[in-house]
Amino acid sequence: MFEDLRDLYQEVIFDHNRNPRNFRIIEDADRKVEGFNPLCGDRLTLFLKMDGDLITDASFQGSGCAISTASVSLMTEIIKDKTEAEAEALFKTFHEMTTGKNEDIQLEAVGKLAVLAGVRDYPARVKCATLAWHTLDAALKNEQNSISTE
Amino acid sequence: MAVTSFPIEKIRADFPILQETIRNKPLVYLDNAASCQKPNLVIDAISNCYRHDYANIHRGVHTLSVRSTDQFEKAREKVREFINAASNKEIIFVRGATEAVNLIAQTFGKANIKAGDEIVITAMEHHSNIVPWQMLCEETGAVLKVAPMNTVGEIIYPEFEALLSTKTKLVAVVHMSNALGTINPVKQMIDAAHALNIPVLLDGAQAIPHMPVDVQELNCDFYVFSGHKLYGPSGVGVLYGKQALLEAMPPYQGGGDMIKTVSFEKSTYAGLPHKFEAGTPAIAEVIGLGAAIDYLNGIGMAAIAEYEAELLSYATEQAQQIKGLNLIGEAKQKGAILSFTLDRIHPHDIGTMLDSLGIAIRAGHHCAMPVMEFYGVPATARASFAMYNTKAEIDVLIEGIKSLIEVFG
Repeated sequence: MFEDLRDLYQEVIFDHNRNPRNFRIIEDADRKVEGFNPLCGDRLTLFLKMDGDLITDASFQGSGCAISTASVSLMTEIIKDKTEAEAEALFKTFHEMTTGKNEDIQLEAVGKLAVLAGVRDYPARVKCATLAWHTLDAALKNEQNSISTE
Repeated sequence: MAVTSFPIEKIRADFPILQETIRNKPLVYLDNAASCQKPNLVIDAISNCYRHDYANIHRGVHTLSVRSTDQFEKAREKVREFINAASNKEIIFVRGATEAVNLIAQTFGKANIKAGDEIVITAMEHHSNIVPWQMLCEETGAVLKVAPMNTVGEIIYPEFEALLSTKTKLVAVVHMSNALGTINPVKQMIDAAHALNIPVLLDGAQAIPHMPVDVQELNCDFYVFSGHKLYGPSGVGVLYGKQALLEAMPPYQGGGDMIKTVSFEKSTYAGLPHKFEAGTPAIAEVIGLGAAIDYLNGIGMAAIAEYEAELLSYATEQAQQIKGLNLIGEAKQKGAILSFTLDRIHPHDIGTMLDSLGIAIRAGHHCAMPVMEFYGVPATARASFAMYNTKAEIDVLIEGIKSLIEVFG
C-alpha cells in the first residue's frame, strides 16, 4: 500500500514529523514571524537569533501536516550558521525545486532538503512545503506581520 | 422501503464518473458534501439543451427561444414541487446557496435591519451563512448573535431561544451542518422565532440531497440551496422565499429580464420571480437541475434518507473501532457525514494518503473555521456519503485509514 507515495513521504519526512528539530521558543529572538496557510490551517511561528547578518539560531512552534512540519524542521537545521544572503539563495532554489520551475536543479545544492522534491508532483501540497520558507523570507526582510500563503 | 430493495447497482451505473479509476484504483468518491457527481440524466439534459434546444429565454419569438424558455420554466415547476412551495413565483434561480444568502442580506436585510437590530445564527454555520451577515452588520450597525452548540455538535436549544427577542429581525440557521453532519431541530426553531414574528432563513445546501424537504410544512420564510450538491450542475442554485416577503423586497441586481419598463427617468420592475433574475441566467444548468430532480424523484428522497442512514451508522460503527480516531460531530440527528481526526496525523496527510488509494475525501476546515476553533483542531478529515456509496466503499475507507495509521507509526 502507498507505494505511489514513496517519493512524497520519505522516511526522513516521517522522522522529522515524529521528532521535529528545533521545536522550541527562542526567548530573546531577534526575529519572530508567524506563517499561516488558510487553506489547510497550518500555522507556525518562526524564531531567528541573528548576529549581524548571520543566523546563529532558528526554531519554530506550531502545528501542521507531515510535509509542512518536516519542511520547517529541516529548514531550521539547514539555515543555522548561514548568512541572510545564503538563506535567501536557498529559499530561491528550494522554491524552484518544489514548484518544478527548474527541472535541471542540482539536488546536491539543497542538501537534505532534497527529500521534499517529491511535492512538485502534488500541486495541492506544494504550499505545505513552502510555508516555512515564505515565513523565513518575511523574517529576513524583517516583516513583523504574519504572512499567509494565500 | 427496506434497504435491501434500494436500487444501488442501478444508481451506480447511472453515474459514469463512478467507473473511473484514480491512481489505478477504483474511485471511491466520499467528498459529496463538497459536491456530488452527476447522473447521465443530468449530463444528457445539458448536452441535449446545447445540441438541440438552446437559445436565450423569455425574449425571442423564435422556436428555440420558446423551447428553452419552456424547459427553463418547467425546471422551476420541478423545483417548486420538489420542495413543495406554494407557487412558482417563490422559486428564484441564483448561482448557488451563497448567492441566495447574499441576496437576502442585501435586499431583505437592508430594507428591514437597522442599527441595534439583531440577527441570530448558530455556532455551526458555513462561512456563507456568516460572512454576508457580518457584512450587513458592518453596513447597518446591526449585531450578529451566535447560538452555541454542545460538544457533540448539537445546538443548545434553550440558549438559542434565549437569544430571540423583539430586537431579532432574522434567524439564519443551517438545516444540516456540512462540517459535522448535525441536522438542526429547525421546525422547533422556526416555531419559536415565529412566535416573536421573526422570519427564518434555512441554509439547505447540505440538507437538500439527503432528506425530503417541505418548505410549507417547515413554514420557513426562506430556504436556499445549490444545484451541484443535489446531483445537478454547478453555477445554479435556488432561493425559495414566501411570496409576500419576496414581493416586499427591493430587487437585488438591475438589468435585463428583471424590468417591466425602462426609461432614462425611471424603470419599473418585473413581478416575481423575474424581479430577482437580472440578466441571462444559467439556462442549461437550470434545465440540468430539473433533470436531477426528475432523477431523485424516481428513487424517492425518503428511500435515499433511509439508505444513507444505514451507510452512516455502518461507517460510524467501523470508525469507532479504530484506535486514535476521533469523531468530530456526534449529534443524535445526523446526516451522512463522518468528520474525524487521527491522533498525530494531520488531515492533509490523511487526504493525500487516501487519494493514493483512490479515495476522495475532504481535508480542511470545510468553510467552517469557527467549528474547527470550537473543537480546537486546525482541520478535520471528512468522508461524506451520497446515495451511490456502498458499504464496500466504506470498508475500503476504513482499511485505508488503518493502513495509513500503520505507515505513520
